[in-house]
Amino acid sequence: MNLAYHIGRYFMLLGRVFRRPEKMAIYRRQFVQEVDKIGISSLGIVALMSVFMGAVITLQTASNMESPLLPSYTVGFITRQSIILEFSPTMIALILAGKVGSNIASELGTMRVTEQIDALDIMGVNSAGFLILPKVLAGVFIIPFLIVISMFLGVFGGWFICIVTGIVTSNEYIHGIQYDFRQFHVYYGLIKTLVFAFIITSVSSYQGYYAKGSALEVGKSSTQAVVYSSILILVLNYIITQLVLI
Amino acid sequence: MISIEHISKSFGETKVLKDISFDFQQGKVNMIIGQSGSGKSVLAKCIVGLHTPEKGRILYDGQDFIPMNSRERIEIRKHIGMLFQASALFDSMTVEENVMFPLTMFSDMKKEEMLKRANECLERVNLSGKNKLYPAETSGGMQKRIAIARAIAMKPKYLFCDEPNSGLDPQTSIVIDNLIKDLTTEMNITTIVISHDMNSVIEIGDHIMFLYGGEKWWEGDKKDILRAENKELTDFVYASKFMRNLKEKLA
Ligand SMILES: Nc1ncnc2c1ncn2[C@@H]1O[C@H](COP(=O)(O)OP(=O)(O)OP(=O)(O)O)[C@@H](O)[C@H]1O
Ligand SMILES: [Mg+2]
Repeated sequence: MNLAYHIGRYFMLLGRVFRRPEKMAIYRRQFVQEVDKIGISSLGIVALMSVFMGAVITLQTASNMESPLLPSYTVGFITRQSIILEFSPTMIALILAGKVGSNIASELGTMRVTEQIDALDIMGVNSAGFLILPKVLAGVFIIPFLIVISMFLGVFGGWFICIVTGIVTSNEYIHGIQYDFRQFHVYYGLIKTLVFAFIITSVSSYQGYYAKGSALEVGKSSTQAVVYSSILILVLNYIITQLVLI
Repeated sequence: MISIEHISKSFGETKVLKDISFDFQQGKVNMIIGQSGSGKSVLAKCIVGLHTPEKGRILYDGQDFIPMNSRERIEIRKHIGMLFQASALFDSMTVEENVMFPLTMFSDMKKEEMLKRANECLERVNLSGKNKLYPAETSGGMQKRIAIARAIAMKPKYLFCDEPNSGLDPQTSIVIDNLIKDLTTEMNITTIVISHDMNSVIEIGDHIMFLYGGEKWWEGDKKDILRAENKELTDFVYASKFMRNLKEKLA
């Protein structure tokens, strides 16, 4: 009952978000700002995570692979597959759900409880479209770039740790990351990313937009934004993987 | 002029507004007064369409508001300025951008024209030169005035003010009250002020409605209010010592 209510209200909100904008120029400016807020400002944490996780995946794979039958370029191969298929699209999406999602929900939640959203409505502005559309479009536009960067840096982190520790030679690692490369896997990762980017931005916007009460509630709605978008990411990740890869 | 007819509104089981009718007159400061929780803000939000009443009609200069679709409502709302109980300025914009915002959304003015209009409005509320500050960098009284400047930027026909002087010192309150009064007559606006401050009522109220427990308990002008015999109203009016003294002086 409660769930059905939220789902219904979420889709009704989306209906208002995707109405034709009153003034393109203003939406364009908002879009650019959101690209900066969602994308550029997350670059640091995404880069850091990716390099370290790439390094750790490589170390783990190399040190757990004891069978002499497996060629050592397998380490590069496994690192690349893990990063492109799961780590970058899914793990980074979860990180972004935490960072971007809570940001969006608390921004909109604050606007709601301080009546700024009412003020927009009174002026005759479509508040849902004005506030949420630029965020969703910016997320869907810029997060795939973050993920591609993350893929590169993850694979790079693995290579770097090979150089540092010598656990696999650089040549073998590079051979591994090129072995049986299918472009489709990158596309698959990016398709997931598009879905996750939409989920993060729209679900967090929903939580913030319908926050009510006091500042305390804003904190709660931002926590819920993170929880619900993370759960949705995990569930959808499973569904998409099942549909596409099997 | 805004007329409301038989407005009723409930939230779940609780009836907040009961069958309220009133004419808010043009060029006058119309006041809604009453105790905290009597339904003043809810009434104002019903009139501007943030809440939908279950029953009744709302007429903006004869145009029936409730049955309108969102496009028609937007046309009405372009003529509404509203001052919220907590100012509701956009935190992410400077003072100047706040005042210009309705213009950027709804007018075809060029940047310079908008800036000029914004400066006129800021000057009108005595805030020239504060253009580049952010709302968080201004005081409560300034925020109210910025909100007034934003509300009048589009030259509204209807102005709603929800407790324009709550949280302000008495002197600043009078400044804000007089500003609202002057704008109302200058621009011939239908102004609706919500208040529980009797000083404001005496200062600027032209046409007054007293809400009590969600009902319209009394209406009249400010001369009548001091002579009213109604128990609930006199309890409200003479709650403060100042008003009791005033009554003695008048007697
Ligand atoms: N969104 C809402 N949902 C449920 N009840 C509400 C809602 N808004 C207001 N109420 C209830 O309606 C009643 C009237 O509230 P309202 O905000 O109009 O009071 P008010 O007269 O403006 O008081 P104040 O002077 O304190 O601002 C209160 O009992 C309040 O609890
Ligand atoms: Mg109120």
